[in-house]
Amino acid sequence: MSDAAMSKAQEQAAIQLIGMHKWYGDFHVLRDINLTVERGERIVVCGPSGSGKSTMIRCINRLEEHQQGQIIVDGIELTNDVKKIDEIRREVGMVFQHFNLFPHLTVLENCTLAPIWVRKTPKAEAEATAMKFLERVKIPEQAQKYPGQLSGGQQQRVAIARSLCMNPRIMLFDEPTSALDPEMISEVLDTMISLAEEGMTMICVTHEMGFAKTVADRVIFMDQGEIIEQAPPIEFFENPQSERTKLFLSQILHNG
Amino acid sequence: MAIVKTDRHPDLPPPVSQTGIIGWMRENLFSSWLNSILTLISLYVVWTVLSAVISYTIINANFVGTSQADCTGTGACWVFIKARFGQNMYGFYPESERWRVDLGYVLGAIGLVLVLTDIVKNKKWPAIYLFGVYPVLCYFLFYGGFGLEVVETSQWGGLFLTLVLASVSIFVALPLGIVLALGRRSEMPVVRMMCVGFIELIRAVPLISVLFMASVMLPLFLPEGTNFDKLVRALVGMSLFSAAYMAEVVRGGLQAIPKGQMEAAKSLGLGYWQAMTFIILPQALKIAIPSIVNTFIGLFKDTTLVLIIGLLDLLSIVKTGTTDKNWLGLATEGYIFVAAVFWVFCFSMSRYSIWLENKLHTGHKR
Repeated sequence: MSDAAMSKAQEQAAIQLIGMHKWYGDFHVLRDINLTVERGERIVVCGPSGSGKSTMIRCINRLEEHQQGQIIVDGIELTNDVKKIDEIRREVGMVFQHFNLFPHLTVLENCTLAPIWVRKTPKAEAEATAMKFLERVKIPEQAQKYPGQLSGGQQQRVAIARSLCMNPRIMLFDEPTSALDPEMISEVLDTMISLAEEGMTMICVTHEMGFAKTVADRVIFMDQGEIIEQAPPIEFFENPQSERTKLFLSQILHNG
Repeated sequence: MAIVKTDRHPDLPPPVSQTGIIGWMRENLFSSWLNSILTLISLYVVWTVLSAVISYTIINANFVGTSQADCTGTGACWVFIKARFGQNMYGFYPESERWRVDLGYVLGAIGLVLVLTDIVKNKKWPAIYLFGVYPVLCYFLFYGGFGLEVVETSQWGGLFLTLVLASVSIFVALPLGIVLALGRRSEMPVVRMMCVGFIELIRAVPLISVLFMASVMLPLFLPEGTNFDKLVRALVGMSLFSAAYMAEVVRGGLQAIPKGQMEAAKSLGLGYWQAMTFIILPQALKIAIPSIVNTFIGLFKDTTLVLIIGLLDLLSIVKTGTTDKNWLGLATEGYIFVAAVFWVFCFSMSRYSIWLENKLHTGHKR
């Protein structure tokens, strides 16, 4: 990227959603979503299941298509243009609830596949980068194993390393700890916290309110396809404004 | 009062009655009176059948001789198979040229071993040889050219023809089937409709009628003067037929792959073809191995249907032999021989598929 383009990109917000709507058939899942995420900002999205949280972040890298409004990621507007979609996907990493590691490839191959074929990085260099990130998520010794041989928490950390190997500017987390056994949640959260401390732009859909309190710059509450409330975590948890937020918080805080 | 366990119970060996041959027999063969009786009855049945088969095919059989006069035993007369062995293997391929077929077998076997087994790690060159060089080589070797005498395909026959039919159809059907399966799942309506149309049309028609169409009707539609070789027409018919089946088998594999795999690939920036090549197809084909090999085995045996369009494959040439007036009454031996040859090939394919499944198993299937 040239210097001019770089400075231009830096001026812009990392992600802008402007008046975005989405329908599944006749069902209106996302209604008038407006959200701006600054560079380096860490956002936690919460809300009851079926509220459209996952759908919203999946629209950001076009795993779901929006039908109305604008999505601008890193200065590029998402349209049907396949080239632009690929360009955005290279810059936006995603971690899924069910890890979605490639079971037929080793951990190392999982991490090097995209850099080698998408970024055209030489194999040796890609492997060195992959090992660096596997060390960061504290599982370099598992590099030659297959995902099926790892625990859930280890798999999710591999998934995070795999995304980081593409050197993304933005990371999306879609309920990264929901499919994990309780004793494995903290190892994944620790990885995410250290990532946040390095200034990565992050959007996390999660029910981990402790994580939200620790790292989020802003918490977003969604219900029935709409953003109901957004506030800094202290304000959000101590002084929620809307009735629906209060109800939601009382439910998850009492049960969790 | 709380009860706390401080020491760990030591590892003990399993009870003796559950291990070893005796333990196994007690557990599996003689666990109850009923089970013991069933075991004895089964052993009796197996013994009766096996002893009859062995006495017919080996103990009372004739192996030596040159004509039916030498068939003196009460069992099978393998002299018949021996005397016509050359024809059974090569059809009417000129005897002086049969080394070309043998050479083709050897070259093919080398390629297969290199590609299909673990002897070499890097499969790139073996694959180029087997799928790129070898078919061309075989064309000239078997048909002729470059100084080799031309042997018309009407002279091809026997096991040689069966293998040509089977390998060409397999070679064409798998890639074509994959393309059709991807087309059937495509988001482009025209591509999808064409693939669905082709697959459903072919699958709804018996192979015999496809072969008839290819051999009798196709020439009627083609412009005057174009004359396809009969073998080529049969090959086209069989390949298209098995490609349609293969497409459905591969589609089954594709559908078994969770949506998340494609999403993960996309989110890493891989394009459609990259995701298919590196992520989806390797997994889908692995799941589909048993069905793919099943289709191959079916295809291998279906080659015998070319009999009805006048090609002399292994079955038809043996069948012709049984009507030879010098060798009347030996149909049983002929058919046993054909069955044995088919069994060797089909069973090998089946064992190979099991070996491959185990090799590709990476611990995610519990």
